[in-house]
Amino acid sequence: MMTNHGNRVTQGQFSFLPDLTDAQLKAQIAYALKNNWAVSVEYTDDPHPRNTYWEMYGNPMFDLKDPAGIVAEINECKKTFPRHYIRVMAFNSTRGVESPTMSFIVNRPADEPGFLVERVERDGRSQGYTIRSYATLKPEGERY
Amino acid sequence: MAEAADTTAPAPTRPAGPIDLKLMMKDSGVSDVLDELDRELVGLAPVKTRIRETAALLMVDRARRDLGLANTPPTLHMSFTGNPGTGKTTVALRMADLLHRLGYIRQNHLVTVTRDDLVGQYIGHTAPKTKEALKKAMGGVLFIDEAYYLYRPENERDYGQEAIEILLQVMENQRDDLVVIVAGYADRMARFFDSNPGFRSRIGSHIDFPDYNDAELLQISELMMREQNYHLSPAAKKAMAEYVTLRRKQPHFANARSVRNALDRARLRQANRLFASSKPVTPEDLQTIEADDILGSRVFHTGGDVAGQSPRG
Repeated sequence: MMTNHGNRVTQGQFSFLPDLTDAQLKAQIAYALKNNWAVSVEYTDDPHPRNTYWEMYGNPMFDLKDPAGIVAEINECKKTFPRHYIRVMAFNSTRGVESPTMSFIVNRPADEPGFLVERVERDGRSQGYTIRSYATLKPEGERY
Repeated sequence: MAEAADTTAPAPTRPAGPIDLKLMMKDSGVSDVLDELDRELVGLAPVKTRIRETAALLMVDRARRDLGLANTPPTLHMSFTGNPGTGKTTVALRMADLLHRLGYIRQNHLVTVTRDDLVGQYIGHTAPKTKEALKKAMGGVLFIDEAYYLYRPENERDYGQEAIEILLQVMENQRDDLVVIVAGYADRMARFFDSNPGFRSRIGSHIDFPDYNDAELLQISELMMREQNYHLSPAAKKAMAEYVTLRRKQPHFANARSVRNALDRARLRQANRLFASSKPVTPEDLQTIEADDILGSRVFHTGGDVAGQSPRG
C-alpha cells in the first residue's frame, strides 16, 4: 500500500515493526501463557484485510506452561508453508470474554505485491471503492 | 538466549574469583530441596546419594558455564527403576523442583503420562497425541510411568514404536527444553532398554530404587498417619510391624503403597468401631488407630489370600 513502505501487509500487532526475533517471539508467547491464554497458529495466502478466518494449523494449544512447545509448532508451520502468511493468536477463554487477545504475523511471503484500488460506478454516479490483492489473481496455493 | 535466562529462577552470577560451591548451593535453594528429601523420604539411601551426586555435578557444571568453561549441558534424562511403591513418582517430583532451582528447566512442573497419553488407536493418531503431551511438558519434566508399555513386541502393528521415535527425537534435539524421566519395574525396564538401545544411550543416569525394609515401612506408616493427623497407639504400632512382615510374604506386595492401603482400611475400621461404640467420642479417639483396627486385616486371617488386589492400587 502506498502509505506502507516496504509493501508489507500490516495486520495485528507489531506489523509496523521489523520481524520479531526468536527471543522476542518467545517472550510474547510467554506473556500470553502467563495470562492463561490458549495460543494457536493459523495460516493463509489471502492477505485481504477482511479475510478474518484463517486456516488453523493444528489445534489451539491449551494447558501449556512453556513457550518452547509453541515455538516448535510455529517452526513446523513455517516449514510446511514457507511462503504463506502465518499468524499467532492468543485466545482468552474466560467466560464472558471468549475472544482473541493477541494476534500477530510471524511469517510472510518474501514478495508482497500489495493491493489494487478499484473504483466502481454506482447508482447516481456515486463511486464505491474496493481493494484487491494482486496476489489473489492467481488461484489458491500458487499465489506467492 | 537472554530471554530464556530471565525465566529461570536463580539469576546466573558471574564472579571473577574463586567460587564458593557450598554458598552457591545454599543460595539457589538446592540444599533446601536436598534436606527436604532427606527429611521427608524414609530410607532410599542409594537414591539420595545419587541425587546428591547429580546435584553436585549440575552445580559444578553451572559454575563452569558461568566462567565459560563448558557449553554443552549434561544429559539430564533419567530412568527410575524399582519395585512398586518405592517412591519413584515422589522423587521425580522433587527432581523437577531440584532441576528448576538449578536453572536447568524453566518451569517447575512435572507432567505424568502413561502409554494411553502417548500412543494412539489408529494410524496417524499417535504423532499428534505424543506431540501434544510433549508440548504440555515443555520447559519442565515429562514423567513416563511404566514406560515399557510403550513397546509391545508381541504386536508388530502396535503404534508404540512411533511414539518412541518421536520421544527420542525430542530428547535429542530439544534437550534445553525438556527433561524426560522414564520409570518402571526393574526387570521390564531392562527388557525395554534392550529392545530400544537408542533410549538407553540417551538417558544420563539410571537410578535404582531399593525395596524398603520392615523398620522403614513402619516409619513410613507413622509418617503417613502423622500427615493426616492420626497416630498409632503403642499396641497398634506392634500390630503394624507384624502386618508389614506378613504382608511382604504375600503376592502383590507394593511397599509403601501397600502400607498406605492398609492404613486406609484401618481408618475405615476405626470409623466403624467408633460408630458402633455407644460412648461419645473424644478428639483423642478420633485421632487414634488401635491395634484392633489393624488386626482386622485379611492378612492376619487368611494367610495369603489377597487375590483381586492389584499391585498398583
